[in-house]
Amino acid sequence: MSRRQNVHRTGLEGPPPEERLRPVGRRNSQGIRIDPEIEAEHEPRRTTISAYVNNEPGVLARVSGLFHRRQFNIESLTVGPTQNEGYSRITLVVEEPDPGIDQIKKQLSKIVPVVHVRELDSNPVASELVLLKVDGDEPDKVQAITEMYDGQTLDAGPRTITVQITGEEGKIDDAIDAYKQFGIREIARTGQAALARGEEETARVDERHT
Amino acid sequence: MSGEQAQSPPETETDTTPKEIETGADAVVRSLENAGVEHVFGVQGGAIMPVYDALYHSEMAHITMAHEQGAAHAADAYGTVTGDPGVCMATSGPGATNLVTGIADANMDSDPLVALTGQVPTEFVGNDAFQETDTVGVTSPVTKANFFADDPTSVGGDVGTAFALANRGRQGPTLVDLPKDVTNGETTDDPGAPELPDTYAPPEKADSDAVSEAATALARAEKPVILAGGGVIKAEASDELRAFATEHEIPVITTMPGTGSFPEDHELSLEIAGMHGTGYANMAITVTDCMLAVGTRFDDRLTGGVETFAPDAEIIHVDIDAAEISKNIEADHPLVGDAKVVLDQLADSMVGSPATESWVEQCQTWKSEYPMDYAAPDDEPVKPQYIVERFDELTDDDTIVTTGVGQHQMWAWQYWTWTKPRTWVTSHGLGTMGYGLPAAIGAKLAAPEQDVVCFDGDGSFLMTCQELSVAVRENLDITVVVLNNSAIGMVRQWQDAFFGERHMASEYPWIPDFDTLAEAFGARGFRIDTYDEVEEVIEAALGYDGPSVIDVHIDPGENVYPMVPSGGDNGLFALTEGQL
Repeated sequence: MSRRQNVHRTGLEGPPPEERLRPVGRRNSQGIRIDPEIEAEHEPRRTTISAYVNNEPGVLARVSGLFHRRQFNIESLTVGPTQNEGYSRITLVVEEPDPGIDQIKKQLSKIVPVVHVRELDSNPVASELVLLKVDGDEPDKVQAITEMYDGQTLDAGPRTITVQITGEEGKIDDAIDAYKQFGIREIARTGQAALARGEEETARVDERHT
Repeated sequence: MSGEQAQSPPETETDTTPKEIETGADAVVRSLENAGVEHVFGVQGGAIMPVYDALYHSEMAHITMAHEQGAAHAADAYGTVTGDPGVCMATSGPGATNLVTGIADANMDSDPLVALTGQVPTEFVGNDAFQETDTVGVTSPVTKANFFADDPTSVGGDVGTAFALANRGRQGPTLVDLPKDVTNGETTDDPGAPELPDTYAPPEKADSDAVSEAATALARAEKPVILAGGGVIKAEASDELRAFATEHEIPVITTMPGTGSFPEDHELSLEIAGMHGTGYANMAITVTDCMLAVGTRFDDRLTGGVETFAPDAEIIHVDIDAAEISKNIEADHPLVGDAKVVLDQLADSMVGSPATESWVEQCQTWKSEYPMDYAAPDDEPVKPQYIVERFDELTDDDTIVTTGVGQHQMWAWQYWTWTKPRTWVTSHGLGTMGYGLPAAIGAKLAAPEQDVVCFDGDGSFLMTCQELSVAVRENLDITVVVLNNSAIGMVRQWQDAFFGERHMASEYPWIPDFDTLAEAFGARGFRIDTYDEVEEVIEAALGYDGPSVIDVHIDPGENVYPMVPSGGDNGLFALTEGQL
């Protein structure tokens, strides 16, 4: 049985790593080509993403699973039905660098029951609801703060008062700060719901999806 | 040595009279028939029994596998070879969870696959009933889409939707979970042909302005390369790719899933890139100034560290999945669409060709500086690369190669000359050991006229060798070549390089004689210890009409080179351990 000639080879040769032709440029850790002088990376930014989806079991699990699996930093996620039967709107507030935000939009669009995804501009109509349970020692002062924030008292007992505040995120944060003086026992926040401002459509949707 | 016959498969009586649709299970089976399915791979079980009962009346062939993982891999390979979804089936609970590895494998490789799983009756769902698993929940992260069937009248449509989704756009695995009361429930509706859901509209043509800009970038490049990924094969775009590369004299590199999309005997081929790719491909990737990347997701095994991946290159990225654009490597020119269509668009938009003469010459120089080569002693033990080369020479060009995962997979990839798409069937993204043998079974059934050779490792083969029983029963003419180094070789290689040669749990001194094992299953067993035996044994195994296994005792000291360390710089590939 004859062996092939090239069996008697000596192995791999050629210039070692340090003597090879090298590229000029670099990319950053996000895969973006950069000026070698400035190794800048995109900073995270906060934004609101709105998804219009088929209202069917498993959609929310798919969306939240996506965020978990890809390690996206999610601030809040709200979901509820729309005026169109069979469809829901999901509002997501996220904080990610630009490449991450692009990925979130594209990955959400890939989920089959998701009809439309978009990022809302920096100033959408957005609102959130918070329930706060505070100590009831100073009911008058609590009432004053609640009125200041256009809130409502939902429950008042000898020891606790529970109020509801709605509004944009900054207002909610301020209100929570203001209540701290009474001793906050519990907070439940819903996260933001948002729509595009004015006549602009939040989701561009064909007639068949209305 | 040909002419020896394996035992013929046992005759089974099957009633193939076409049956009216009476139940959800009948509708499921009719839906598969309407989709043109010819083979189903699976394992029987309690919750899936109504579907099997409906299959009894169908002309579709059911291949009973030894394990559900084998069913998923066989169906995956079937889909890879044919281009249309392979179908696998299992019962609820452990049947379904045993499919998960195969589904995850198909998901990573965008292979078309439909999985049907039995489920406990709807009224027991969520009660931890016998053999219950939340299959939709478990498979959600590893499927393109999955469905829980809840109505006998729509279950056939669910299967059709799953089939259409697996096949269209970026292909991938889908799953339908079938509660027993739904498949047993009454319906008479024919589900019709597979239909996509109305929320799903995969793109076809890329934006024409973007195509023009990309064409301009390519035409002014001095060092362009084409990086051909698995998407080229899935889009059946190999001819367009070859025409484009040849017309404009642009060197072509293939990713591992893109292997076979461009013939490696073509003068413009730089063959394969990535962690164990050729030195010349990795050099070209590193210093190119313009890369046309088609149907690739820039996996880390290809890119190494992203900081050093083609850092001088404008990237033109063609992909049917917009989410792949700039996921890992920023695309300067994203072209979202079907690879075949977009390559045609690009060809039409090219105004002139890049001046590549000196670049092509440079690539040829690298080819002579870094040939795929291995050091072979005069004496035994046998080198695995030699075995791969001999098989390559002794088989036809359209021979299908399947592999497990590990060193043997890399040697098969490096030392085979790939000339045709859909002949390289392996586990790319998930890296599933044990993939090779069930994949060979699926591949052989998909393409009975083509030779099928499975290169496996001893560790990989041990994981699914029970599927030999299926190959014997179906009398499939496949040749399994176990490149046996008594170890999880790739792990041992890394331990040698990065873990101070501490071979923790990577050596397998207690493995069986695979030739004897093969005979026990009813297959033919061979063994190779010396170079003198190679020729005769290969010819005998290829000549045998039925499954055969060659236990090749290779040099246990042989490692896979070139190598780019994980996350490293492709241009600094190591040719020896000393360069790591």
